[in-house]
Amino acid sequence: MLPVNDIIHLAVTGLAQGCAYGLIALGFVLIYKATEVVNFAHGEFMMLGAFAVLAYSEAMGGSFWPAFVLGCLSIGVVGYLLDAQIMRRIIGQSSASIFILTVAFGFIFRSAAGMIWGWKTLTLSTPFGGTVTIAEGLTISSGRIAIIVATIILCSVLYLFFSKTRYGIAMQAASQNQLAAYYMGIPVKRLVSVTWAIGATIAAAAGALLAPVTQVDTTIGFLGIKALAGAIVGGFGSIPGALLGCLLIGIIEPFADYYFPAIKGVSAYVVMLLVLFVRPEGLISQTFQKKV
Amino acid sequence: MQVLFKTCYEDDIRFLAKTGEKVRVGLVIAALLAAPLWLQNYYLAELGLLLVYAIAGIGLMILTGYTGQVSFGHAAFLGIGAYCHSILISHGVPFSVSVILTTAFSAAIGMALGRSASRMHGFYLAIATLAFLILVETLLGEWTSMTGGYAGLKVPALVVFGMPLKAVWQQYYLDLFFVLIVVMAAANLFRTSTGRSFLAVRDSELSARSLGVNVEWVKIQSFGVSAAITGLAGVLLAHHLHYLSPEVFNVLESLKLMLMIVVGGLGSILGAIFGAILISLLPISISFLKDVLPPGIGQQAGLEPLLFGLIIVLFIVFEPLGIYGRWMKLRYFFETFPYCRKSSFVRQKSYLRTERLR
Repeated sequence: MLPVNDIIHLAVTGLAQGCAYGLIALGFVLIYKATEVVNFAHGEFMMLGAFAVLAYSEAMGGSFWPAFVLGCLSIGVVGYLLDAQIMRRIIGQSSASIFILTVAFGFIFRSAAGMIWGWKTLTLSTPFGGTVTIAEGLTISSGRIAIIVATIILCSVLYLFFSKTRYGIAMQAASQNQLAAYYMGIPVKRLVSVTWAIGATIAAAAGALLAPVTQVDTTIGFLGIKALAGAIVGGFGSIPGALLGCLLIGIIEPFADYYFPAIKGVSAYVVMLLVLFVRPEGLISQTFQKKV
Repeated sequence: MQVLFKTCYEDDIRFLAKTGEKVRVGLVIAALLAAPLWLQNYYLAELGLLLVYAIAGIGLMILTGYTGQVSFGHAAFLGIGAYCHSILISHGVPFSVSVILTTAFSAAIGMALGRSASRMHGFYLAIATLAFLILVETLLGEWTSMTGGYAGLKVPALVVFGMPLKAVWQQYYLDLFFVLIVVMAAANLFRTSTGRSFLAVRDSELSARSLGVNVEWVKIQSFGVSAAITGLAGVLLAHHLHYLSPEVFNVLESLKLMLMIVVGGLGSILGAIFGAILISLLPISISFLKDVLPPGIGQQAGLEPLLFGLIIVLFIVFEPLGIYGRWMKLRYFFETFPYCRKSSFVRQKSYLRTERLR
């Protein structure tokens, strides 16, 4: 049995990791709810975000926060353009082609990032480099705490945005029924692109915040697949469900790696497959099977 | 344009109805049979590999192109086929028995996956198969006593019915034999009620169910057939690779299979073959591009995945029906010569077709 301090340490590490997954999954779910497209390239938005913040911060002489804001906004623009120029054209095609298209974009982003910034692992200096001592023998890097705090802040901002503002409510309407939203005079196309932009921005923020933990290189986009697994565990149709699933995956992962080293790194997928076998629609579902 | 005038019942069940089709298919088969006469060994081996990928492509096409179930994990079945076959023949099982056992084993795993996947829809399935692939890859790597782990597994020499097939052309003919069987079988499948129920499930699960099709069972069948064919491709692939390691059967390999059928054209056997040709030509053309492009771009490490991605994107955006679709349009243009118009192939405007009921 582990000592209590180690358990707490693993749990907080897992919680932070789960929050990072959750931030990426938020983007997945937002885009899915708006367009029914699952963006397999979302992990790459996160990777691009980390690189963009790094590039801005180097250009501005090491100041983190302006670089963070600029980097996230630039990736938001990339997300907006991706929808407005390309994803919009293929609505209505078979879902297989759409999945493959987003996977292909993942490859393009990864290669492009490698060509621009190189394939080596880089380090982004953030204000959260140090550690926090909570109790005797229990230190946690402040980067992980920053992720948890950022997740709480971003989620509340998004909640307020979607439930209180005119724009957010219009987005909800468009995601529930596009045609009806058109009839009500809602600019559906623009809203969908804005949803993509929001999703990409959040992913980029997650990438920049995760940078002290994961470092910055072209492979960190694969975290996106684990975030997807988390979102599926919780149920893709609902944002709270997806967040919960990601937290669950994040917390299970370090313990599973500790107790079953043979499946190190793939425990998230094992959990997901188990959940899918028992409840194919996720723990908290919002989709209903069509019945004849 | 040739107008078909049917004079006997045989005309209804013929594989190739039109004269042009018969001539083309005959020419291709003749060229393939004669290939060892006019191809060097290197190109012959490449052509053999192309045929193996064509089999794998048809396997995935049955599942994704004809039944509409996306699988990102089909490289797992290639891996299962290759490993199972190698382990069996290294334990002294003859080739012919091993092929049958491997195909059956692969089909069984496919049906088990299909059984659990039949209740999922859309991208849940895509992710579940992706996770399945990652788990199979991990299992192949960790189960050292059986698979040799990451150190790799040597594939025993190819011996069919007690006859060692060492020369390249002998192996090539073996590949060709299996391709012809698989193409025939697949073409035949879609003239049976089983195959037609696959199409019905792809086009609309709701209406298929209304017509009395057992959707779950159809999906299980489709997974089984598809896994069996892909496992067979794995068997042949093992003899081309000579040395197996788990990293060969990774996500990129699955993506290659997907690229094949999407760029080839979803929903046609010909598309899978076109895709296999493209996949085989890509590395050659990429190495050619590397020499042509200025060294600053040409020597970059990520050029290959970048081009892979770009090709997929361009095809899906501009020619969603793939090479097969382009081929159909070309034929339509010539067959109806002066009457083809730009608007002949304009797609209808489409809105979201939603799975959500509220």
